[in-house]
Amino acid sequence: MNVSYKWLSDYIDLSAIPPEELAEKLTRGGIEIDNVPSRNQGVSKVVVGFVKTREKHPDADKLNVCTVDAGQETDLQIVCGAPNVAAGQKVPVALVGAKLPGGLEIKRAKLRGVESQGMICSARELGINDKLLPKELQEGILVLPEDTKVGDDILEVLGLNDSILELDLTPNRSDCLSLLGVAYETSALTGRPIRLPHPERELFSTTDKTSDHVSVTIHATELCSHYTARYIKGVKVGPSPLWMQNRLIAAGVRPISNIVDITNYVMLEYGQPLHAFDAAKVAGGRIDVRLAHEGETLLTLDGQERRLEPHMLVIADAEKPIALAGVMGGANSEVSVGTTNIILESAKFDGGTVRRTSRQLGLRSEASARFEKEVDPGRVLAANDRAAALMARYAGGTVMEGVAEAVVSTPEPVVIDLALSRINGMLGTHLSSLEVKTLLSRLDFTADSPENGKWRVTVPSRRGDITRDVDLVEEVARLYGYDEIPTTLIEGPTTTGALTSSQAIRREIRDALSHAGIQEAICYSVTSPAMAQLFPELTLEASPIALAMPMSEERSVLRTVLLPSLLEAASYNLSRKNNDLALFEIGSVYHTDEAVLTRLPREKPRLALLLTGNMRTASWNRKAEPADFYDAKGLLEAVFRRLGLEPVISFEAARPEGFHPGRTAAVKLRSERGPETIGYVGQLHPDLQREYDLPDTYVAEIELAPVYEHADQRIEFRTLPRFPSVERDLAVVVDTAVTGGALTEAIRGVAGALLEAVSVFDVYTGERLGTDKKSVALALVYRHGERTLTDEEVTEAHSRVLAILEQSFDAELRK
Amino acid sequence: MMKDRLEALRREALDQLETVADAAALNDLRVHYLGKKGQLTEILRGMGSLSAEERPIIGQVGNEVRAAIEEVISQKQQMFDRADTARRLQAETIDVTLPGKTPSVGAVHPLNKVAQEIEDIFIGMGYSIAEGPEVETDFFNFEALNLPKNHPARDMQDSFYITEEILLRTHTSPVQIRTMKAMNGQTPVKVICPGKVYRRDDDDATHSFMFHQIEGLVIGPNIRMSDLKGTLLQFVREMYGPQVQIRLRPSFFPFTEPSAEVDVTCVRCGGQGCRMCKQTGWIEILGCGMVHPKVLEHGGYDPAEVTGFAFGMGVERIALLKYEIDDIRHFYANDVRFLGQFARM
Repeated sequence: MNVSYKWLSDYIDLSAIPPEELAEKLTRGGIEIDNVPSRNQGVSKVVVGFVKTREKHPDADKLNVCTVDAGQETDLQIVCGAPNVAAGQKVPVALVGAKLPGGLEIKRAKLRGVESQGMICSARELGINDKLLPKELQEGILVLPEDTKVGDDILEVLGLNDSILELDLTPNRSDCLSLLGVAYETSALTGRPIRLPHPERELFSTTDKTSDHVSVTIHATELCSHYTARYIKGVKVGPSPLWMQNRLIAAGVRPISNIVDITNYVMLEYGQPLHAFDAAKVAGGRIDVRLAHEGETLLTLDGQERRLEPHMLVIADAEKPIALAGVMGGANSEVSVGTTNIILESAKFDGGTVRRTSRQLGLRSEASARFEKEVDPGRVLAANDRAAALMARYAGGTVMEGVAEAVVSTPEPVVIDLALSRINGMLGTHLSSLEVKTLLSRLDFTADSPENGKWRVTVPSRRGDITRDVDLVEEVARLYGYDEIPTTLIEGPTTTGALTSSQAIRREIRDALSHAGIQEAICYSVTSPAMAQLFPELTLEASPIALAMPMSEERSVLRTVLLPSLLEAASYNLSRKNNDLALFEIGSVYHTDEAVLTRLPREKPRLALLLTGNMRTASWNRKAEPADFYDAKGLLEAVFRRLGLEPVISFEAARPEGFHPGRTAAVKLRSERGPETIGYVGQLHPDLQREYDLPDTYVAEIELAPVYEHADQRIEFRTLPRFPSVERDLAVVVDTAVTGGALTEAIRGVAGALLEAVSVFDVYTGERLGTDKKSVALALVYRHGERTLTDEEVTEAHSRVLAILEQSFDAELRK
Repeated sequence: MMKDRLEALRREALDQLETVADAAALNDLRVHYLGKKGQLTEILRGMGSLSAEERPIIGQVGNEVRAAIEEVISQKQQMFDRADTARRLQAETIDVTLPGKTPSVGAVHPLNKVAQEIEDIFIGMGYSIAEGPEVETDFFNFEALNLPKNHPARDMQDSFYITEEILLRTHTSPVQIRTMKAMNGQTPVKVICPGKVYRRDDDDATHSFMFHQIEGLVIGPNIRMSDLKGTLLQFVREMYGPQVQIRLRPSFFPFTEPSAEVDVTCVRCGGQGCRMCKQTGWIEILGCGMVHPKVLEHGGYDPAEVTGFAFGMGVERIALLKYEIDDIRHFYANDVRFLGQFARM
């Protein structure tokens, strides 16, 4: 809603409150004002001129030489290129020394040898939004009404000495979609009285009665509570007065004709949309408010043929629909130049039905926007009176006696019980009864005298948003000023704040990985159906959940697996030459068993990891270290170690789809429920690497719920060993298929309690060993907790180790 | 006679030591004069022929000569040692301006970094952290928050529906209702609820269809709007520094009444007015209000018995302001040149 500051001052004295100050006051009071642009975009020394003569320029086809009386001592000779300039017009003339928007200054000039003492201006050159003007005025100079006075300042003539308050209204304050609403608000916030128009005083009686010409019936009583029609005869359709056009343009509404302009003017003034029908085209003088019939159509004013549906509310005459109630009029009853008699509609249509119809047809208008939010039932008739009075004055019409009207219900005034203790209790203030009553009365809310600190407050119909005591508390608070509310601390028992265990673990994982050099990513939770079906072992073959109305195919389903998002992020980075990537994400996947959701899906928190390029880049003293499987695995191991999960986690070779079959492990977690696979770590399958244009890439994805459940954050101190250990290394040649894990596990199984640790420290393959053979070197540490080991004890344990390696793995000891 | 020879030896030795060039020559001189077969021993070997009176005198002179020579040798030795060390250190000099071996540095995502910072401030104020599902029912996301079907305020947040009753949550506010229900009417409630939310918005520099919010909810027998102001003031001062002020402007949210939008002193210009705050000195950072009675009822509380306040903020907005980031889409592109900039405490 754009409100002209000057127009607003018709209803309330704004002296000594400049527009910016008023905007600040309203904003701080809850009516947010984004901008206060001046209507004058930098125009000065532009006056009204009369074009006395127009001659062709002797040397230029497209130029005219005009003699213009601009109220100066002598007539001016002005060269003008506009096609529509003609003798006898009143036009805006920029005098020599005038300034125009954009910093243009008018100087005496010679155009193709002819002197020009000024410039005749178009609307655009004056900084006016000419999109709201007729086409011929957009293409040429602005032609002013004949009765405009020569020499008058154009700023006054076009109402440019004004500022616009650009309101950004919250949905509850539709009362301020009207000048009167803003005036009430201004009155409440400034304490100055409001001046209302009294159109009923202007309507003179005639013997001719409206009811003799129009009858109104509401059939759809649920959807229209009140309909009024006036009959105005003998109007002369023409342009509306310039001041009215100026105000409409200021509000962003296109001037059309006096009749239409008056309906729009009153809509802006009262917030009540009106519609004018050409009475001659309303068959039978009948106005029926009813639902559309199956198969009915209506050509609306925008020239579109609309197929109506039986839930749509229409205005119909004896034969046919003539308007979509509250949304748009029909071409078949449109006011045009030849129209002489008018049926003027002002009604209250149900907001829900207007909203539904306008959305369905894609027809949002100033009228529908107001009806949708429910218009003030108290202004239906007053707005009709006001428009009728203006039509009498500015369209030469005669308003017939009375209104044709149908009333389904008259709303009861809203009365709310309000207690002073409630106000002060909710706000933390110490307001007195008198203060509260004064604040409410500034809004024109009446509160009866308090009884035990309680009032019954009657709310005017314009404020349909006020329905309960807390609404009144807000009204009191905002008029009192939010700044005046004290600042206090919460009273009552203290509470201790803390992260839950899973929240703390999530942060730990984040810290562990970021400290290990991995960047945390956040990817979109919605993805394409194709992406949601990669990695079936990770999606658990859940079919992705689809959005009903996605914005694009790429973002049409909820993700069932995290990794594809990281693949996308990797592609994005690689295409920007960010070749060394180490990314992780902690996020949810969404799984359901249902084809159509009837209950909420499972949201499973997961960790995904992606490495490609170098883990460490080359430097002057160090070679680059390309990422490999063991980097990815090691990062997971580091996380598991921090979470005390190392003892229950194992990695086993696995071949899930989407991963390199020879370079992938299932991550297993052992618990009282037995071992469960909680994810995979491995190289991305070369096919996928090609598809995403990635070099060798290592990825992992694991479920976090079991990690949260089994993480063991206890630290148990173990006494430091007091006796020395004995270290023995050995190297065996085994088949390449024998895994390091199998060897160490077998060793742990037979070595007995003396074995403290065993680890692989070298793996070697080479021609000397023969194909399919490898050498594995292991370091074993023996120790006794209570005494120094003897050589015999160690040798005894170690020989068991050698024996099991020979027996189980056909291992050959390397000397 | 013997005494003269000793004195002559001393002079000769000291002369030679004066000009000795290196540690090897010094050692040769030591052997030559003081060694088992050296000059001094050689001279003193003649002591046997001396009288009993002369012997101690000559013996003493011999000791003095030895001490004097040893003294100078020792000084020279130290000098050569020092020079030796200096040479070695010189040879070991490295270029300290070459880069060190740093471990790679990763970073927590800036949105999580900011969210954690906010969480920690409220944890310090006695709040717990509640979380809820991102796929929500229409009831929890709208109806229970006083946004019935066809309510015009639903226009404010166009939603991603999955079915008529299930959608991606448009705000973290449904966690309010879930928390209240879980509390079963108990007070006090003091939680914040961080998480992802989704709205049908075309992405541009300031809008993202997926973004993050942090919601706060406090319910108790006597919670006042003045407490809300006090809480928010404490929060922004911990977040932005002790000098910042807040300013509440009346606003509208269906789930609070009274409602307010909160501005904080512009962190860039300190309230002087700059490009970031559009010369107003204030930056809008969150919305808040007193929990609407209908919302309390949906959560299982009697609005006559308890009151509460709630607030909600966009994490992206806070992060954009904090780091002066120019485009919200950076947060979701995951360009490592962007992410890597947040590897600081």
